[in-house]
Amino acid sequence: MAACSIEDVLAKAEKDEAERLKSITVQKELDLEFDTGNLLAFDKNRVDVRDFKSTSKEEFLRSLARDNTQLFINEVWKRPTERIEDVIVVKLPEATTPLPREKPPPKPKAPTKWEEFAKLKGIQKKKKTNLVWDEVHKEWKRRWGYQRAKDDTKEWLIEVPVNADPNEDQFAKRNNAKKERVAKNEFNRLKNIARAQKLPTPGGGLVPTAQQSKAELTQAINVAKASTASAGKFQESLPKEKAPRNTGKKRKFQPLIGDFTDERQKQLDILKVLGSKKPRIDMTKAVNKQMREDDRESASNARKGPGKKGRKGNMPGKGRGGFKGKGGFSGKEGFSGKGGFSGKGGFSGKGKGRGRGKPPKGQQQNPRSKPGKR
Amino acid sequence: MRPLTDEETKTMFEKLSKYIGENIKLLIERPDGTYCFRLHNDRVYYISEKILKLATNISRDKLISIGTCFGKFTKTQLFRLAITALDFLAPYAKFKVWVKPGGEQSFLYGNHIMKSGLGRITENTAQYQGVVVYSMADVPLGFGVAAKTTQECRRVDPMAIVVFHQADIGDYIRNEDVLT
Repeated sequence: MAACSIEDVLAKAEKDEAERLKSITVQKELDLEFDTGNLLAFDKNRVDVRDFKSTSKEEFLRSLARDNTQLFINEVWKRPTERIEDVIVVKLPEATTPLPREKPPPKPKAPTKWEEFAKLKGIQKKKKTNLVWDEVHKEWKRRWGYQRAKDDTKEWLIEVPVNADPNEDQFAKRNNAKKERVAKNEFNRLKNIARAQKLPTPGGGLVPTAQQSKAELTQAINVAKASTASAGKFQESLPKEKAPRNTGKKRKFQPLIGDFTDERQKQLDILKVLGSKKPRIDMTKAVNKQMREDDRESASNARKGPGKKGRKGNMPGKGRGGFKGKGGFSGKEGFSGKGGFSGKGGFSGKGKGRGRGKPPKGQQQNPRSKPGKR
Repeated sequence: MRPLTDEETKTMFEKLSKYIGENIKLLIERPDGTYCFRLHNDRVYYISEKILKLATNISRDKLISIGTCFGKFTKTQLFRLAITALDFLAPYAKFKVWVKPGGEQSFLYGNHIMKSGLGRITENTAQYQGVVVYSMADVPLGFGVAAKTTQECRRVDPMAIVVFHQADIGDYIRNEDVLT
């Protein structure tokens, strides 16, 4: 009994030991497929469902995982090893399984303004060689950039153009022009980035162009005026300066059918202001009044002086005008017309009596007024 | 359709006052009911409150005209009087010009009034004063601007322009499609 029990115990201990130190060789019906580069192994063996259900599920999975891992480790150690600082390492081969990328592929770059324009116009890029032959240095140099061929900023002598100011420094001029071009390019680059990311491009400021338009200048002024600590609230404006338009401020209107008495009162107030703005003395009116008085005076003088015959002498100068004589202006409405139209020709009846000296002229006028009557 | 802003009202009143002076008050305060100015499609309409309330039933894009059109605002916010306003300008006009029957037709064809066509003119008319033009039978024909003062009118020659044409009742035929 005791011996039997000892054997059993030993056998059990041996079995436990074997279980603990499992063999590195694992038997599989089908060999595993490996992709060592990705540290990947595929087990294509069928899983026995009965096995899976009879034993503890966890146990089954663990043993399966252990076996497969063992096989994979075996596979890894088949690769050549080397020792680096007391550590044995294996160099993994290239991965064979293509894996999907983690992030979505990058979106195509937004076209720059030039690219848009070129596409619109159908302008295509022409490939040029990078290197060009530099006659001066007798060697191949880059077409552009640092140490380029025919670098015009590196010339030791510049001919002064005929129409240029002789005192102007041509070297400085070239350098400045170059700097200006670089700055403009950088500005455009930033603008392209801003446009691509749909950021608000910095408006208002003056862009480096040769000539700014009136609209650009006005916009720049408006932006500058609002760019104070108080957002332009206390900014003084020039005497006749107009308020900036299209600033995005929404207009507000009174309701279509609101308080009619209020509306009327408002309009009356506006009328009152309009009326008060008129100058006290209307210059033209005053001058007119003076002229009228002069007229009247001279008329009365003429009447007093030579009498009826004198008036006759007055006529020829004015009678030609097609209106009746001077007498016609003495009424309240300037040209008294009624008498004038009693006749056929529109010539004044009054004039008829007085201006007898000029009947032929009166007749001449008749044909002129007739076509108008048609 | 909306009421005029203060600025628009001012612009319009300034123009109207050239013809009827302070008589604008009579247009605003009417004993026979409430009348108001409304802006629609840049045009200013003079409407009674009653009609205005009825008009609210009509959608904005379908509404062509309502009440009396007084004129329109240009894109630069100037106000132009239309001939349709004549019915309200004529009774209150401060300065008038009467045209002889001979000059009537010429004026109604859109020409300026020459001295030869001038029948009568209100005394004291200043230069560039807005005037309402009447026929000798006192029928309002249109309106314009005096080119000369009354005094100067007497001295100029017959072919000189006395009144600049602005609008006349011939517009009803000539500009039939744009008048509303």
